[in-house]
Amino acid sequence: MTDTQTADTSPEAPIKRKGVKRRAFLIGGVAIVGAGLFGISIADSNAAKDAKARITGEGEHSFATWLKISEDDIITIYSPHTDIGQGSNTGLAQMLAEELDAMWDQVRIVSAPAESAFANVGLGRGFLADMTGQPAIINGIPQSFLALIARQMNLQITGGSTALRFTGQMTFQKVGAATRLALMETAAKRLNVPMGELTTQDSRVIHAKSSTSLRYGELAAQAATLSLDNEPTLKDPSQYRLMRQSLQRLDIPAKVDGSAQYGMDFAIPNMRVATIQAAPVRGGKLISVDTAPALAIKGVEKVIKLDDAVAVVAKGYWPAISGLRALAPSFSDGSHADISTASIFAAHDALFAKGEADGEAGEGNVQAALGAKPIEAKYQVPFLHHAMMEPFALTAQYKDGKLDIWGGMQDPLATKMLAVEVSGLDADDVTFHPMIIGGSFGRRLPMYMEIVSQVTKLAMQLPYPVKLIWSREEEVAQGAYRPQSSAVLTASLTDKKRIAAYRNDYAQPESAEDETVFPYTLPAVSRRHFAHVSNQQTGAWRSVNSTQQGFYNESFMDELAHAAGEDPVTFRRNHLKADSRHLRVLDEVAARSGWNTPVPAGRGRGVALVESFKTIVAHVIEASVGEDGMPKVHKVTTVVDAGSIVNPEAAMAQIEGGTIMGLSSAIGEAITLEKGAVQQSNLSDYLLLNMAQAPLVQDIHFLNSGAPMGGIGEPGVPPAAPALANALFAATGKRVRNLPIMTQAKG
Amino acid sequence: MAIQTSINGKAVALSAEPDTPLLWVIREELGLTGTKFGCGIAACGACTVHVDGEPARSCSLPVSEVAGKSITTIEGLKSADGTLHAVQQAWIAAQVPQCGYCQSGQIMAAVALIEKTGRPSDAQIDAAMTNLCRCGTYPRIRKAIRAATGQAAQAVEGAV
Repeated sequence: MTDTQTADTSPEAPIKRKGVKRRAFLIGGVAIVGAGLFGISIADSNAAKDAKARITGEGEHSFATWLKISEDDIITIYSPHTDIGQGSNTGLAQMLAEELDAMWDQVRIVSAPAESAFANVGLGRGFLADMTGQPAIINGIPQSFLALIARQMNLQITGGSTALRFTGQMTFQKVGAATRLALMETAAKRLNVPMGELTTQDSRVIHAKSSTSLRYGELAAQAATLSLDNEPTLKDPSQYRLMRQSLQRLDIPAKVDGSAQYGMDFAIPNMRVATIQAAPVRGGKLISVDTAPALAIKGVEKVIKLDDAVAVVAKGYWPAISGLRALAPSFSDGSHADISTASIFAAHDALFAKGEADGEAGEGNVQAALGAKPIEAKYQVPFLHHAMMEPFALTAQYKDGKLDIWGGMQDPLATKMLAVEVSGLDADDVTFHPMIIGGSFGRRLPMYMEIVSQVTKLAMQLPYPVKLIWSREEEVAQGAYRPQSSAVLTASLTDKKRIAAYRNDYAQPESAEDETVFPYTLPAVSRRHFAHVSNQQTGAWRSVNSTQQGFYNESFMDELAHAAGEDPVTFRRNHLKADSRHLRVLDEVAARSGWNTPVPAGRGRGVALVESFKTIVAHVIEASVGEDGMPKVHKVTTVVDAGSIVNPEAAMAQIEGGTIMGLSSAIGEAITLEKGAVQQSNLSDYLLLNMAQAPLVQDIHFLNSGAPMGGIGEPGVPPAAPALANALFAATGKRVRNLPIMTQAKG
Repeated sequence: MAIQTSINGKAVALSAEPDTPLLWVIREELGLTGTKFGCGIAACGACTVHVDGEPARSCSLPVSEVAGKSITTIEGLKSADGTLHAVQQAWIAAQVPQCGYCQSGQIMAAVALIEKTGRPSDAQIDAAMTNLCRCGTYPRIRKAIRAATGQAAQAVEGAV
């Protein structure tokens, strides 16, 4: 996305999707204020017509792309986000319905069509603001241009904890408020009364003086012909009726009775099922395969060779996977056979020793202030796998010159555009039908959607629809992992127990600088990135670089506190700005966890404080080590400042789950390599935390400081690993510097 | 030869190959997609159904082994008038699901646990509820099981 900063700013300038770098939409947000911004600008009437034509039928009226009101009062909201399970669609509906004063029971929210008319303009605005770091600049850019950027980048992504804080605040609340004004204006004319005498509630415009009211449904047709106010005044939070309420999530009923339809569940007549194996060593190609053993299995119909993979097409999944297992394909290793977990760590060490950083940030003269005998510690973390519970599954049908694809991806529009590219068809002949997603955590982002290419290639050569299912084995072996990473942290202390200098040297493929927030104020600090790329595909893993950076910095802060002979909370306090949000979160978590009270025998308490996606989270963890050497987490106390919260219960669930995912990765998860290939095969050796290992007590508190809204899906993750490691140090005196902990427990 | 069995109270004759895991028969032959494929090796529990009232991981159970047995899937938990099972209702009240993909299996495991124990303790929950959830809904699953069995929602450390 850095491309766009230097791009010709004329609306005709092509902005290539390739320019959307991962970090550009994973960095935290900014204060979001300024001009109203709707999906379709006035200057872009073709897109507006297209959007309207796609979603409205008889007796239905479209407002600002994202909203439809039917004459029988049903309010349908089109979400450009994928609800991966984080509850964002319910939150978005709350935000729009709040400003609209809609009757909640009549509100529905569905996925927006994966079409460019529904590109997410609010998100484009948020990313652009993120990039420049100067929202004021963004406010000067005409909305028509931003709409164009969003459409040209096929922007319909979900990631970076952006749904509510970008799309919600920058588009949906304004659409609700502006539509409400249009309905009131229509009512005022119809009742022949001044607008000022009208109020709204529960999808009605009310004229109290005459005791009359009009339903939104009976006003919608006429209101939809008015041009909407781009700068509607939003409600003061004191007037909220829906936002900040723990409304039940709209998607949950279908998820308890088995009726929710995920991509895995899609079926159409005549459909076949395929499964696939790609080169085990990433970068390798398919050399040869004898197809006969698969074709001998009842139900197997075809074996299809792709450049780097072999697929078996059958009447069902069982014959397909049985057929695939019967094959002995020969793959090349892409000359990566010498890559292993050990070789990557060795390469990191060599880079550190050489000392030539690829990027550096910070302030002060660190080298001088480190002195002759600094405190030093090296940390190492492994590749992490997303392990969403639903393995990849997409169905594609090529028929009568048109390609249709069904399934769940984090960016429906980009999915469609990739299928357009691979198939060579016109965009008008390709349709992606978004479905419910069984978890993602970054895995279904558009940068690593090889399954889209695969299923497109299969469908284009098959006379029937095909559902491509990745086995769990394939899914584990062909991930888009959080990178394996190392860090060497170095610091010196003054005789007053303060940090004089602090250096964080880290090695991994990409810089973490854009996303990492170091909250402490120090006289000299340096962050140096040493770039090392292996043959593995690496990607965004829930909360991205903040997980490993949070582990490095918050573990080392703990080491420094002990080196200084200071309490870990006091030591952190001494390096935080007075009256800062970070300090308040830290103080609150200390108070709520009983930090200064005795710890039950055998246990230790650890603290960690990490900001990510503009939300500050601190955990205090009470943990012990069992007789088997395995860590046991007894209690987690958490304090969150996300500025403000749209749905408290849903936000709570995200922090609970994020904390557990953080603990899971700290305790048991690792992808390791040998001869260039992943060694883990399934959930039997890629170990996720289970019920018995999860903390029995999670005590979570939200501060709601009123600061600009931060993300909620990701920020619970990063402080979990360091808080646990610090607790284990307090319990045992043994410092955890390598994850996962289980590997060390087993010796 | 067709395999005779009963699914959600209805007698069915299954035409699948005998080695086909029950999961794929349920999903592809019967079209009941509430039972999920997660790992294929009985590690995650997303495919949990009841076979003669006992929880079973259907991805690793050849259909030949369920001949003559009674199978219940998530679709069969509702009562005849469509009322959700008390455990399903507790799941909604506790707002358990996030992505929801593992929840059919979680609910089937929980129903079996409750039918066996009445009021499961936290230790019994830990022992029986081995289904994996990547979203981390474990605290809410525990809360829902406790609520469905008339126990205080919040687990208390040290209680048995």
